[in-house]
Amino acid sequence: MDIFGLLQNTLNWLIHPQTLAYALAALGLAVHFGYTGLLNMGVAGFMAIGAYGYAMSVLHLGLPWYLAMLVALVAAAIFALILGIPTLRLRADYLAIVTLAAAEVVRYLLTTTVFDEWTNSADGLAQYHDSFRGSNPLPEGTYGIWPWIYNEQGWWMRVFGILLVAGAAWWVWSLMRSPWGRVIKGIREDEDAVRALGKNVFGYKMQSLIFGGVLAALGGIVISLQSAVVPSFYQTNLTFMVWTALLLGGAATVFGPIVGSMLFWFVMSLLDYALPALANMGILPISNIQAGILRFIIVGVALMLLVIFRPQGLFGNKKELTFAK
Amino acid sequence: MQTTVTHRRSLLSLLFMGLMALMVLLPVAVAVADEGDDAPPAGIPVGSVGDEYNFQFTGNVRHNSEPLEGVRIYIDDNGYFAEVLTDERGRWKIGVPEKISYTISLDEFTLPDGVIVTEGGASRVEEFGLTGSKSVNFFLGEGVRVVVSFWDQLTSRLVNGLNFGLMLALASIGASLIYGTTGLANFAHSEFVTFGALIAFVVGVGFEVPIWLAIPIAVALTGALGYFQDIVLWKPLRRRGMGLAPLMIVSIGLAMVMRYIFQFAIGGDTLQLPGSGQEKITLIANIQLSIIDMVSMGVSIVVLIAVALWLMKSKLGKATRAVSDNASLAAASGIDVDRVVRVVWVVAASLAGLGGILWAYFRPGIRWDMGMQVLMLIFAAIILGGIGTAFGALVGSIIIGILVETSTLWIPSDLKYVGALGALIIVLLFKPQGLLGRKERVG
Amino acid sequence: MPSNEKNSNAPKKAIDLHVGEMVPGVAKKDPIIVAEGVKRSFGGLVAVDVEHLEIPRNAITALIGPNGAGKTTLFNLLSGFDKPDHGDWKFDGTNLSGIPAFKTAKLGQVRTFQLTKALGLLTVLENMKLGAKGQRGESFWVGPFKGLWNKQEQEIEEKARGLLQRFKLDAKEADFAAELSGGQRKLLEMARALMTDPTLVMLDEPMAGVNPALTQSLLDHILGLKESGMTVLFVEHDMHMVRHIADWVVVMAEGKIVAEGDPESVMKNPAVIDAYLGAHQDVDLGVVTGRIAAEDV
Repeated sequence: MDIFGLLQNTLNWLIHPQTLAYALAALGLAVHFGYTGLLNMGVAGFMAIGAYGYAMSVLHLGLPWYLAMLVALVAAAIFALILGIPTLRLRADYLAIVTLAAAEVVRYLLTTTVFDEWTNSADGLAQYHDSFRGSNPLPEGTYGIWPWIYNEQGWWMRVFGILLVAGAAWWVWSLMRSPWGRVIKGIREDEDAVRALGKNVFGYKMQSLIFGGVLAALGGIVISLQSAVVPSFYQTNLTFMVWTALLLGGAATVFGPIVGSMLFWFVMSLLDYALPALANMGILPISNIQAGILRFIIVGVALMLLVIFRPQGLFGNKKELTFAK
Repeated sequence: MQTTVTHRRSLLSLLFMGLMALMVLLPVAVAVADEGDDAPPAGIPVGSVGDEYNFQFTGNVRHNSEPLEGVRIYIDDNGYFAEVLTDERGRWKIGVPEKISYTISLDEFTLPDGVIVTEGGASRVEEFGLTGSKSVNFFLGEGVRVVVSFWDQLTSRLVNGLNFGLMLALASIGASLIYGTTGLANFAHSEFVTFGALIAFVVGVGFEVPIWLAIPIAVALTGALGYFQDIVLWKPLRRRGMGLAPLMIVSIGLAMVMRYIFQFAIGGDTLQLPGSGQEKITLIANIQLSIIDMVSMGVSIVVLIAVALWLMKSKLGKATRAVSDNASLAAASGIDVDRVVRVVWVVAASLAGLGGILWAYFRPGIRWDMGMQVLMLIFAAIILGGIGTAFGALVGSIIIGILVETSTLWIPSDLKYVGALGALIIVLLFKPQGLLGRKERVG
Repeated sequence: MPSNEKNSNAPKKAIDLHVGEMVPGVAKKDPIIVAEGVKRSFGGLVAVDVEHLEIPRNAITALIGPNGAGKTTLFNLLSGFDKPDHGDWKFDGTNLSGIPAFKTAKLGQVRTFQLTKALGLLTVLENMKLGAKGQRGESFWVGPFKGLWNKQEQEIEEKARGLLQRFKLDAKEADFAAELSGGQRKLLEMARALMTDPTLVMLDEPMAGVNPALTQSLLDHILGLKESGMTVLFVEHDMHMVRHIADWVVVMAEGKIVAEGDPESVMKNPAVIDAYLGAHQDVDLGVVTGRIAAEDV
């Protein structure tokens, strides 16, 4: 086994755009679930809206990248509003089911040939990068420190993603220490008590849903910076994997989602490398394809074990959050 | 007594909603029915279109060596649309922007009466050869055009929808019972659906057991899986007093595990149960059903009635409803809640397994991710009918089944699930407790 | 005005609250709540059907009645946590029917719950600070910038510490509320309610599940509320407590108000005796008196 290659590949994933995107989405989910107690199962939908909102605004409206991103975030906020109005007054599990359904609706709408003109249906969109890459302030060339060596565009999207994650983490952290965060956490514990104290619980839940949804959409944008957006990426499984990353780190923490995402992709890439290698060497009696599938079985098992045995995540404080309800 | 009152009222509102739906849909239906008989609208170019492009499809429409004038040929593919009528010599030409394959269609309604496309179909996918021009010929002959009137289509879809709804009901009733008795929104429920179908395949095809025996074996094994899950996983978690949100996430993890184990085992293939893909027999009024469809509907109905009787009449069934209503009260009045829940898991899993087998015939085919496709519909059905009520799940399933199947009359078939999920969201907006649910359960 | 009444065993009662004869629905001289034709039914079951009710200002009113009489439902209606079939009511002259719960609280009508709702994973001090009204930092856009709300936060903290001291919870301020005993949680909930500067405090069974040693101090606190100018409306089962502190008693049975008046005369009212004993002889006495928590309608 090529240990050097394995290490380089695995460490690369720590600042991979996909990892950064997961970190943003998981931060949003921490706001939803960890702090407010909202069961958002539609993370993939928010991310899809972020990615497509950005790509379509560039391609069809001819907007510069920053305005296109703004449009994508506004679209995600509107999506949150539409989801929240019928469900936020109902029991938590309704929100879970409706968000999951809505995310699927988004994916179906992006996949169908009806809107082919705008979405290019199942093939997805590409060639929307000129504006973003044109604003690259970094010098040309390929540079970095081992194992992180990329060209200027590779760095640009990573640096941009890291800045977004840092900004989002700051925003979440400073909100959660504020009276706003106090209300939000109170709602997680018992919304009737908070209501009785004169707080507009519905309004706060809506703000939380929108804020977390916008963070997830930012995640979708970061993913779309790589090469293309295709609808099949935004399946329900994406949502579940973001959940796993979140629970890995700790749901009611700011750094948990970030560290969790890094750890998640570190392990996933490790398995991606190791399992087929083991299969090829005849140590595991499985095919290459099966080795790839085995990864997802492991994700499912990890998710179950985490929730059952370590609900506060690897880095969370047990007192701070075991599951509220 | 209280419940009968609510039920009656809900049934009334159901009826009302149905009427409303009909009133809304009727004008649309008429409009669609009319559309088919229209002559090609004026303003379509004759002879050739898209001359500005370098690549072109050409053809000559003849019947018995006689050129046919005014036949509409069109392309609506790859984001490009063009249409043309044949000239007096039967010729047509459509220029296209790219040298890739296109679907070219002939509008059969513009052919003279008694003439149809006999071979190759009225829509054909054509590719360019080495040159920038390709000739496309439709083979015409005499025959009766199979014109399916709108109403025939509707009735046929209604029957199909009912069939699908009944299968869906088998899966959703169990999910609803589990929700009612344990509070768990089980995201892994749809994996019982896949599991049942898969085991039927393994037993029926792998071990060559005759299918009439393989199906009960598969159903029993799915029930056993439900039993096993309850003993190993759910009961210990209940004992720990785990909250509903984490339980739900555990079920998500379990769903992932099961789903990928299926893919691990069978890969991306579609497997067929013995006897599937049978020829359809035309019954009255253009309703086409295969023998298996009919048997399947019969089985669903019988099983659903049996479940209803079990819930209404048997001691255990009544206990189940009592636990659904109020678990602590039921426990206080001497009902063994754990036993009831165990039975519910077995029943729910078996029903879902049976639903999966029937669905594998209906789709047709077994795929590793078939459960994932139906999960949202199960949830939609139980919320639509009123979460936690078994009869609500039945009504919700049939509505969803019919909605999914008939919606393709108006919307493209790749959006057929969107209609069902849209209905779910609308119901939540206006009647969050579902059609048969009780208001107090919500919120 | 606040005196050292706490040492006295017989609290000073507010008298002369009503106008005319002491019958259900009697008018009050200075009502804080006026309810008219409030009805709420579940399915076919009528839980609350109140023709007319007035709650006197700056007095302690007890709402009593056997289990299932609709007391908590009425509470939920008045505080906006439930919606009636019909009827309306005014709080301090403001029509409250159809107003969501959080707005009634903003108007100065705060409530507690039968099953205490301490926010377990927030500290005692955070629980208290949550109660304060008009916090600038509770806005999404202001929240991230500590400078904009820090000064106000200090004031709120000071006020919270003062109240915690009064309720003898100051030593616990850094503990999670989940770590408190049942009685302490009741105290915390009451103290938290006071953070909103209410004019009317509605307490749903403040004494239920409280250790007898704490009961007296809870009663003193309730009396203290009246002394500091608030109006108190509370649900209770224990007649002894009611007699001891209430200025006015409203008796409910089967959703209706069957009697009201000062404690002494209400106790003698045959309708009350009938409601408590006649209609519910088959019910466990513990349920009737509220020692055993039974699900209210």
